[in-house]
Amino acid sequence: MKILHHPAFHQWQSQFSSTLFWRKQLKQSLLTFSGLLVFVLCWQLASSQIQTSLGQFPGPTQAAAQWSQLVDEYQAEQQREDAFYQRQLERHAALLAADPQAELPNLPYRARPTFFSQILTSLQTVLTGFVLASLIAIPLGILIGLSSNLYQVFNPLIQLFKPISPLAWLPLVTLIVSSVDLSAAWGSRSFVVSVCTVMLCSLWPTLLNTAVGVSQVPQDLLNVSKVLRLSWWRHLRIIVLPSAVPMIFTGLRLSLGIAWMVLIAAEMLAQNPGLGKFVWDEFQNGSSNSLSRICVAVLVIGLLGFALDRLMLTLQRKVNWDKSAVSR
Amino acid sequence: MQKTHLELTQVGISFPTEKGPFVALQNVNLHIKKGEFVSLIGHSGCGKSTVLNIVAGLHQATAGGVILNHKEVTEPGPERAVVFQNHSLLPWLTVYQNVELAVKQQSKGKKTKAEIRDWVEHNLALVHMSHALDKRPGEISGGMKQRVGIARALAMQPEVLLMDEPFGALDALTRAHLQDSLMEIQAQLNTTVMMITHDVDEAVLLSDRIVMMTNGPAATIGEILTVDLPRPRHRLQLADDPTYNHYRHQVLSFLYEKQRKVEDLGSKRAEKQQQKTQASA
Repeated sequence: MKILHHPAFHQWQSQFSSTLFWRKQLKQSLLTFSGLLVFVLCWQLASSQIQTSLGQFPGPTQAAAQWSQLVDEYQAEQQREDAFYQRQLERHAALLAADPQAELPNLPYRARPTFFSQILTSLQTVLTGFVLASLIAIPLGILIGLSSNLYQVFNPLIQLFKPISPLAWLPLVTLIVSSVDLSAAWGSRSFVVSVCTVMLCSLWPTLLNTAVGVSQVPQDLLNVSKVLRLSWWRHLRIIVLPSAVPMIFTGLRLSLGIAWMVLIAAEMLAQNPGLGKFVWDEFQNGSSNSLSRICVAVLVIGLLGFALDRLMLTLQRKVNWDKSAVSR
Repeated sequence: MQKTHLELTQVGISFPTEKGPFVALQNVNLHIKKGEFVSLIGHSGCGKSTVLNIVAGLHQATAGGVILNHKEVTEPGPERAVVFQNHSLLPWLTVYQNVELAVKQQSKGKKTKAEIRDWVEHNLALVHMSHALDKRPGEISGGMKQRVGIARALAMQPEVLLMDEPFGALDALTRAHLQDSLMEIQAQLNTTVMMITHDVDEAVLLSDRIVMMTNGPAATIGEILTVDLPRPRHRLQLADDPTYNHYRHQVLSFLYEKQRKVEDLGSKRAEKQQQKTQASA
């Protein structure tokens, strides 16, 4: 019952019970909704005017139809998988009945990629690449930020590599990855190529922002650290890192945004079975439904990118000491 | 009490520039006794902060040196705690944690957890901040932050308390309040204090001696005024005290007659303006 007496609870309670709060919420959702409505209307109007080689450009209704089609395909695939394992269980039972010592072949189901499994692959790939990039960029950024000499050494390199397009990296990465013998633990080649490309492109904002954040610790706080004679490690942990956290997160959010954009391109060319490959395959396929499916994919890519950014924002709010900082 | 405790001998600092070395500060000689309260006063840019930073070990003197308890000062250390002008609390730590950090760092495992807790709370009680232990610096007023800054410095049990315009950024009422607190605490702990100030009243009210600095470049100590007023001192009683006003007048006359600076700049600007108007006419 302790929570009921907590001041935050009372605040929360009064916030939700006040009509002012609800009025504000209503206004906000109406504004958001009207923006979406205008977009859908424009889409509908514009699509009826565009003729392509694959027929008329799909409007919102066709896209919605394809969305439910994609959901159906996913469910059908799920049923096939269930049926496969059901049959396998039955075969096992039959084998055991004939011979209790029989060896049971456990065959995995080779699922055909559905739209939703492709979304999952894309998310896995982007997060792997992003996490790897962050694991390199944050420590390196801290080192660069701590020493102005190191900053001088690395800054030209960062400026050189930062603007390189993922499409320029891809051939090099592909050749290097195919020359290396990959064990099964690393996953498929296309996955590794996509991850490496995402990593190479999303490294830089985090690296740069971490370095700047670390180098901009206020002189007063550095003096405090000196007077207290903090050890190098404690200085880093207590003074430098918390002070750089807002900048680090700015970098991480930029990096994740770039990672997601790069991923789609990388998947198209590396043929990693994610959203990029989905779009590419539909483009090559050229059936009457292809354009609608691509429209669905484009919207889903946007929505997921938005969701990833919100995720980082939530994480930032959790980690950042400055709760008053308005971050959007 | 009478023995020299902190000793500055021929302290000077110069920076290399393209036109040869620029001497910012030179020939600073000062002997401070244990438990003495010394203020440094002078116009902006006269090197007061530099002197304090050299004693703190944050700057290195290029000439002369500082000796504390027969040991030369070469680097910062907790026996010379600093109260910075803008409090310098770590905004991500609570009031309690800010002081605790200093205590932990200074005791280095010599104190048990309970002892650390007691000592942190004791020092925060000394500056009347016990009510805000779990607040972050962003949630308390400027005066409160400065109190915590003082508590953090005191909690290090320093030999010398170095204060760089500690009350400069505060409003007059808060400042008066904190000055009284500081006098009370200093009387209690008998800490040696070296304080930089711009405020003549503050200097006379708090100090045993006032060190008046000449203007830079090549700034040095101009005069030293011994303030022989009985303690405890009360600002209201002193307001009409002829001795107090005499001291006050001496500091003011040093600053505005012997070392005028602001007026000089003003008159120069006026001259320039005049020339300009003449030229345009």
